[in-house]
Amino acid sequence: MKIDRRFFIRKVMAVGVLLAVPRILFAARPDKAFAATDGDQAMASLFGETPAASDRVVLKIPEIAENGAVVPVTISTDLENVESISVVVANNPTPLAASFALGPRSVANVSVRIKMGESSQVLAIVKADGKLYSASKDVKVTIGGCGG
Amino acid sequence: MIRVFVIILMATGLLATQPASAGPEKDLQAMQDFYQKRFPNVAPEEFANGLYAFDEGARAQWLELEDFPPYEIAVEEGEAYFNTPFANGNSYADCFENNGLSIKQNYPYFDNDTSKVVTLELAINQCREENGEQPLPYLRGELTAISAYMAYTSRGNTINVQVPNDNPKALAAYDAGKQFYYSRRGQLNFSCSSCHVQVVGLSLRADPISTTVGQVTHFPAYRTVWGEIVTLHRRFVECNSQVRARPFESQSDEYRNLEYFLTYMSNGFELNGPSSRR
Amino acid sequence: MGKPIKIRAKMKGDIAEVKALMPHEMEAGFRRDPATNERVPAHYITDVVAQHNGDVVFTAYWGPAVSKNPFVSFSFLGAAVGDTINVHWRDNKGDSSAIEAVFK
Repeated sequence: MKIDRRFFIRKVMAVGVLLAVPRILFAARPDKAFAATDGDQAMASLFGETPAASDRVVLKIPEIAENGAVVPVTISTDLENVESISVVVANNPTPLAASFALGPRSVANVSVRIKMGESSQVLAIVKADGKLYSASKDVKVTIGGCGG
Repeated sequence: MIRVFVIILMATGLLATQPASAGPEKDLQAMQDFYQKRFPNVAPEEFANGLYAFDEGARAQWLELEDFPPYEIAVEEGEAYFNTPFANGNSYADCFENNGLSIKQNYPYFDNDTSKVVTLELAINQCREENGEQPLPYLRGELTAISAYMAYTSRGNTINVQVPNDNPKALAAYDAGKQFYYSRRGQLNFSCSSCHVQVVGLSLRADPISTTVGQVTHFPAYRTVWGEIVTLHRRFVECNSQVRARPFESQSDEYRNLEYFLTYMSNGFELNGPSSRR
Repeated sequence: MGKPIKIRAKMKGDIAEVKALMPHEMEAGFRRDPATNERVPAHYITDVVAQHNGDVVFTAYWGPAVSKNPFVSFSFLGAAVGDTINVHWRDNKGDSSAIEAVFK
């Protein structure tokens, strides 16, 4: 039960050095998929098809989100040659939340924090070797009383 | 008639919930004993983690946030503000013991000169005014960030608020804060203790209720509902608003006294602020 | 220029793990300003790119449903203690920020 919160105490904070941004870096964002207002549309736009469920995609997300404004998500897979990992929140106004492009040196394990407007199915879609795999979970977003 | 009814409700509420005034030390002991009996399976130091002491699912999400918490942004901004000298060349470090670092455990304290409770946020603004600077707004922004940084440098220190038994004015301020905690107010007619003492262990909608002991250790707190770091007094404002009472001003005598009582109820706990809360 | 990214870069065996926190409003564009009742325009990070030794090792494309002050973590192979990692973002208004960190 007890977790030693001293772990967090006086952690070294910033380690970064500021840089200028080379604009040329950014590749093509799938804007159309991000604009889609329904999950199937978003996936059709991203992949041209609907992915099949696979137990090789591991979607870690709370069953009951403490706060819809900040829902931690981690997606991992043991599939080889992963090209991309995407997160779709079916009931969000624009369901595609994030899409991560991985490369040959990537480890297929990505975490991000997302917003959920209401309780919804959440899908994680992995594209590996040109094929699509997905996992999904139903996440309840609760209404807090006071919070604290 | 209605008025009489309300007074009777208040009176019965007080009788039912408020322990007999027996001095701060005995109050603290009674409060600690109460929660220990109420939650025999919760390690006492866990009460510093609010609802995360009780709710495993929420706790897991909280720990993920704490892995790289959004309040680090405010702490870093606060450090920069703290180290920026005033126009007269002095800085915050000149106003405080130990250059302002690692001192939050001593706040709030009772100031005999003004006969009032001094909170850390108030002391920050006093420091500014003594150095010819405008005071900062209390509810958000720069002052909260400075307070967050000072809290961060004090992490792990044990809260040690003094209410001297031989100082009647300090005792009166403590008693006023205690009175506030147990007084019903607002259209919902709730006192702080209605939730945090009487029905602790239940939930307000989806939120388990935090305990009085350990309640203030993590302030200023990053509330994900607000998406920013907030002071204890802003939380008081919210609590009072939620029971549909008219809130008091930040750093009003009422909230300063309440902070004095409530922080005394966390004596012996380690400071763990800033922390994130939903 | 956006606010500075906060970053931690750590070698865990042969896996290079990067965690970043990016101070940003991530305004979704649905909210109204309570004072003016005007819709607050969407303002969010759209792209994040990470580079190691000149290679792009990670790209994130985001919509407005990524939380305020976004957090992301990712991992890759082929780095060593002392190597640098660059992380950059840009948003839908053309703001950007970039940071460099050394693996520990």
